[in-house]
Amino acid sequence: MDNDILNYLPYKSSFRFVDNISFLSENEVVGDYTLRKDAFFYEDHFVGNPVTPGVIVTEIMAQIGLVVLGLFLMKSEDENSIAAGNNFPLLTSTEVSFHKMVLPGEKVTVVSKKEYFRFGKLKCYVEMLDSADELVAKGFFSGIIKKVELK
Amino acid sequence: MTKQEILNELKTVIAPYTTNKEMLNSIDDNTDLIKDLKINSANLVDIIIDAEAKYDIEIDYDSADKMVNVGTCIDVISEKIKEKNEQHG
Repeated sequence: MDNDILNYLPYKSSFRFVDNISFLSENEVVGDYTLRKDAFFYEDHFVGNPVTPGVIVTEIMAQIGLVVLGLFLMKSEDENSIAAGNNFPLLTSTEVSFHKMVLPGEKVTVVSKKEYFRFGKLKCYVEMLDSADELVAKGFFSGIIKKVELK
Repeated sequence: MTKQEILNELKTVIAPYTTNKEMLNSIDDNTDLIKDLKINSANLVDIIIDAEAKYDIEIDYDSADKMVNVGTCIDVISEKIKEKNEQHG
């Protein structure tokens, strides 16, 4: 049921980094993503030694931790505010530390807790855990979701 | 609380969000937070929230909208402090 919110995500195929939302409330979201072994970045990062780039780890945390929760909060305020395809999320700041590498095929879980949602800006404390529940990355994420009217 | 006092305190509130420390030391009423201090617009929300906590005031959407330069920030903060003091008599 919580996966309904994924229909509102503006990403497609190679840049959508959310598989499943297992918990979603006004204050917290939990979701997971399994890194595709054939993802476009593994061929070049690094040659012969595929490791998930930090920017992709950051993007996974932002999509689950900020965008999914942000869309949910906007939808809670106004059911009609987030028509699919009209949402343009903007990441405004991140402060992340990385603790473990993520390898191709790994499943990661993102837990995001709301610090505040005011004047349209959502700030969260976000952690990523691997399948052994060990900390992969953590940090503060902020962003806004801009509404664009498509013709 | 005088405007000068608020200005001095505002510098410490703004400090974490700008890398332009030289400009921060010489701010005046006309200093634009986004253009001059290169603060990203989303961080204005953090400055507003920090100011609310510091002065125990609440800044609504319309007031927040006015807070674009140092002068208007001081005006909004001093206005809200005044409102608070009047309420508590």
